[in-house]
Amino acid sequence: MSRTSTKIALALTLFFASALTLLAQQPWTKIPIPPLPAFHPQEPKRIQLPNGMVIFLQEDHELPTIDGFARIQGGARSEPAAKVGLMSLYGEVWRTGGTKTQTGDQLDDYLEIRAAKVETDANDDSTIISLSCLKEDFPDVFKVFNQLLREPEFRADKLDLAKREAFDGISRRNDEVRDIAQREAARLAYGSTNPYARIPEYATIAAVTRQDLIDWHHAYVYPNNIILGLVGDFDSAQMEATVRAAFGNWERGAPARSPEVHFEPAKPGYYLIKKPDVDQSNIRMVALGTKRDNPDFYAIQVFNEVFSGGFSSRLVQSIRTAQGLAYAVNGAIGTAFDHPGILQLAMGTKSGTTVQSIQALYEQIDQLKTKPITDAEIARAKDSILNAFVFNFDTPDKVLRERMAYEFYGYPADFLERYRAGIEKVTTADVARIIPKYLHKDQLAVLVVGNTADFDKPLSSLGQVTDVDISIPPPPQEMGAAAGSAGQ
Amino acid sequence: MLRAVRSLTLVPMFVLIWILSCSAQDLASFEKRVEVKTLPNGLTAVVCERPDSAPVFSFFTNVDVGSAQDPMGKTGLAHMFEHMAFKGTDEIGTKDYAAEKVALQKVEDAYAAYIRERDKPVGRDEAKLKQLQADWQNAIKDAQQYVIPNQFGEIIERNGGEGMNAFTAEDQTAYFYSFPVNRLQLWAYLESQRYSHPVFREFYKERNVVIEERRMRTDSNPIGRLVEQFIETAFSAHPYHRPTIGYISDLNSFSATDAQHFFDTYYIPSNMVVAVVGDVDPAKTMDIIEKYFSGIPSRPKPDERTTTEPPQDSERRVVLYEQSQPIYLEGYHRPSYRDKDDAVYDALADLLSEGRTSRLYRTLVRDKKIASEAEGGTGFPGVKYPHIFYFFAAPMPGHTPEEVGDAIHAEIDKLKKEDISDDELKMVKTRAKANLIRSLDSNEGLAQNLAEYQTLYGDWRELFRSVDRIDAVSKADIRRVANEVFVPTNRTVAIIEHVPATSGGAQ
Repeated sequence: MSRTSTKIALALTLFFASALTLLAQQPWTKIPIPPLPAFHPQEPKRIQLPNGMVIFLQEDHELPTIDGFARIQGGARSEPAAKVGLMSLYGEVWRTGGTKTQTGDQLDDYLEIRAAKVETDANDDSTIISLSCLKEDFPDVFKVFNQLLREPEFRADKLDLAKREAFDGISRRNDEVRDIAQREAARLAYGSTNPYARIPEYATIAAVTRQDLIDWHHAYVYPNNIILGLVGDFDSAQMEATVRAAFGNWERGAPARSPEVHFEPAKPGYYLIKKPDVDQSNIRMVALGTKRDNPDFYAIQVFNEVFSGGFSSRLVQSIRTAQGLAYAVNGAIGTAFDHPGILQLAMGTKSGTTVQSIQALYEQIDQLKTKPITDAEIARAKDSILNAFVFNFDTPDKVLRERMAYEFYGYPADFLERYRAGIEKVTTADVARIIPKYLHKDQLAVLVVGNTADFDKPLSSLGQVTDVDISIPPPPQEMGAAAGSAGQ
Repeated sequence: MLRAVRSLTLVPMFVLIWILSCSAQDLASFEKRVEVKTLPNGLTAVVCERPDSAPVFSFFTNVDVGSAQDPMGKTGLAHMFEHMAFKGTDEIGTKDYAAEKVALQKVEDAYAAYIRERDKPVGRDEAKLKQLQADWQNAIKDAQQYVIPNQFGEIIERNGGEGMNAFTAEDQTAYFYSFPVNRLQLWAYLESQRYSHPVFREFYKERNVVIEERRMRTDSNPIGRLVEQFIETAFSAHPYHRPTIGYISDLNSFSATDAQHFFDTYYIPSNMVVAVVGDVDPAKTMDIIEKYFSGIPSRPKPDERTTTEPPQDSERRVVLYEQSQPIYLEGYHRPSYRDKDDAVYDALADLLSEGRTSRLYRTLVRDKKIASEAEGGTGFPGVKYPHIFYFFAAPMPGHTPEEVGDAIHAEIDKLKKEDISDDELKMVKTRAKANLIRSLDSNEGLAQNLAEYQTLYGDWRELFRSVDRIDAVSKADIRRVANEVFVPTNRTVAIIEHVPATSGGAQ
């Protein structure tokens, strides 16, 4: 709390064209910028074991530490609708439930005295097990990592604890207005039952059993579904021998399958969540975005930079700087590797400028037609992306993580280089072409979370309003005790 | 939230002894790669070369002024200046500075006239007030014609600036980003001009942005409201009792002239440390810094005496009745970071909070199952002056703040009566070593550490040496400090009690 930051999340000034004429007087343009020294980031070594497991080894000898993580196909988007939350429980109890030979508590003691970590987690499309330790402890820590990967026990007492924590999380989910806005905007963009947007309830958490966790592990955790990356102070040849010895004789299992996912965005219109205990409205305008393998991806990225990618972007210039309506404002056509991202415009503004701000955002969308994006804006956006490009791979750890992500989603290994080339080719005409393809003012679902009593005008002055009920369904009768008095 | 509060102290002030291997993390190795220089105007620069770095660098400018220096009636001014530091200079962000300067002075004159009338206790003339407000707004419009908005940020972004940001805390104001290394000289120009020739343009619109920031962080956030009430209660005399973001009436009152006074008083070179870390040659970089930063005019050190917070001698308690779920927060006054026991508090925070072996996790979360999270920490809301060691817990559904408070007090009693175990002490010390090493692994993190330690101790080497102090902490130290500090009359409690929305909020 004590650190109040100017979150400058997000650059061309409306005056940039005129500024160009002033170049001669701008002292900073006279400062020499020599060519950036040639830099060839070190690529990790890729190994594929006969059983299908893919391993990346990235040496980094600056500090005496070793970090690693394995990403395993299959995640929360595949959990049954009646057991939403299963994978978040799995992600926790995998670690806290211990191994066949050691309880989770014993692992805590064993690792903490070495200042080491082995942790597990679950995402929409994968589960993760990671390690982090001082080099000298690697043999001890890797042993734990391996045991947890191969023989987790999912002890019942830790599932009980994880469920209690999940119940607590459900009871608190309407406490912070930005959390509500983020969650409900995703439900509008994807559909409330969509695997990327649905949320756990008391009943779906209560329905999860220890057997479910065991069954998941047995269904998914096989070498052919795993990508392992290690980075740190080791010798690659030695490390390769270590991982081959650890995983070489592990038998293949059934390959993980991606589920069929349906996207049912909410109807365009206005959606309202009344929150009487706030003085700032959270506004979200959403629609379905697209995927990164879409040929339009590069033009979309340049558009996003022009529209809200920094100080001199259109949204920041107008909504924040010129009008002072918001501290945080952003808007982008969202993308993801293997499913559509969310197209979203978002801001927070005082209750008394709620409708005014929605209209100000609309005006920015309209201006994309009435004041088309200029060559100067495109040049500014491309400079920002390309001059900062080195920060995508300025550490061995980042190079490893990028490479692993491309491997996981089946993207080309040189995707980052293609990205650079793709951005360089984007023209003003490309951006002009993609805007009407993806961003339609009349097809947005507009969500407002706020204190309606203080709005400048009723939201209904803009159109038909649908009230969104976010009250928390109470726990089923038989589990009242475990969930405490939650859900009031 | 509260986690962010532990900024300085969590950055491990810990042990070095075993790190005598040849790698990059020992002091001897750093001595060879770090250059420090205090310029004639008083500004200190710290430059560190990282041999394996990509062709990039990060910098961190740490100014030894924070919201603790906000003048009475002008809370939020330190933070407001931080926002103004992105508004440009007499060369950046203007079409015609000579004309703009005149126009900005007219804005200030009009604003002063408006405020004088607005704040008259008696005899305010509403028609005149309306006219004065219109005059002020017209003066703002007139000044705006000279502005190239956000040009300062745009230059940084367009040149590949990464992670451009800033923050204001009770003790410090900091500015930072990373650049490709071929922009080193451009960086030196931009960063030095910001402090040698700042222009407070678009001040009153930016004030509205800051007010929205306050609504977001505090007014519309139950934990934000709780923390504000907590520090106001825990501190009665020292400036730490005021929120960094500022009170709404002050935000609606202070002027660009006030910000200029604040800047002139505190943004003096002897209050500034600039650290640069990355693929840089220390000697050449130092020459560039000297060339550009020497132009910041030196001024005498301001009088920074503050009221010393008197002993508390009574338990204090605040209860917020909120629609959100319960939260428990309590805190105890402790001395400043220069106290001989500073490392003992760091050890206590680690012992209580770090990981699943920590005492609060094991008792409140794992065993008693009465809290979903629980932690203790120090360095709140700052470290320069006597401050707070806090305990924070979120009660599980069906459990009350009182219950988790009692459980925290039982843990405190145990610390007072029984020595911690050998393993616990070893964990604290080992983690300290590991945390130090981990803190050295990024240009950004290292630049921040070097700048902050240089500011607080006058020597960046303390980042490494303070580690020895943790290693010297004994079981007896832990018991002694717990007995001295964790006493009810030194305690402030702040609680969120849940009340359903239908009852209207308050009771």
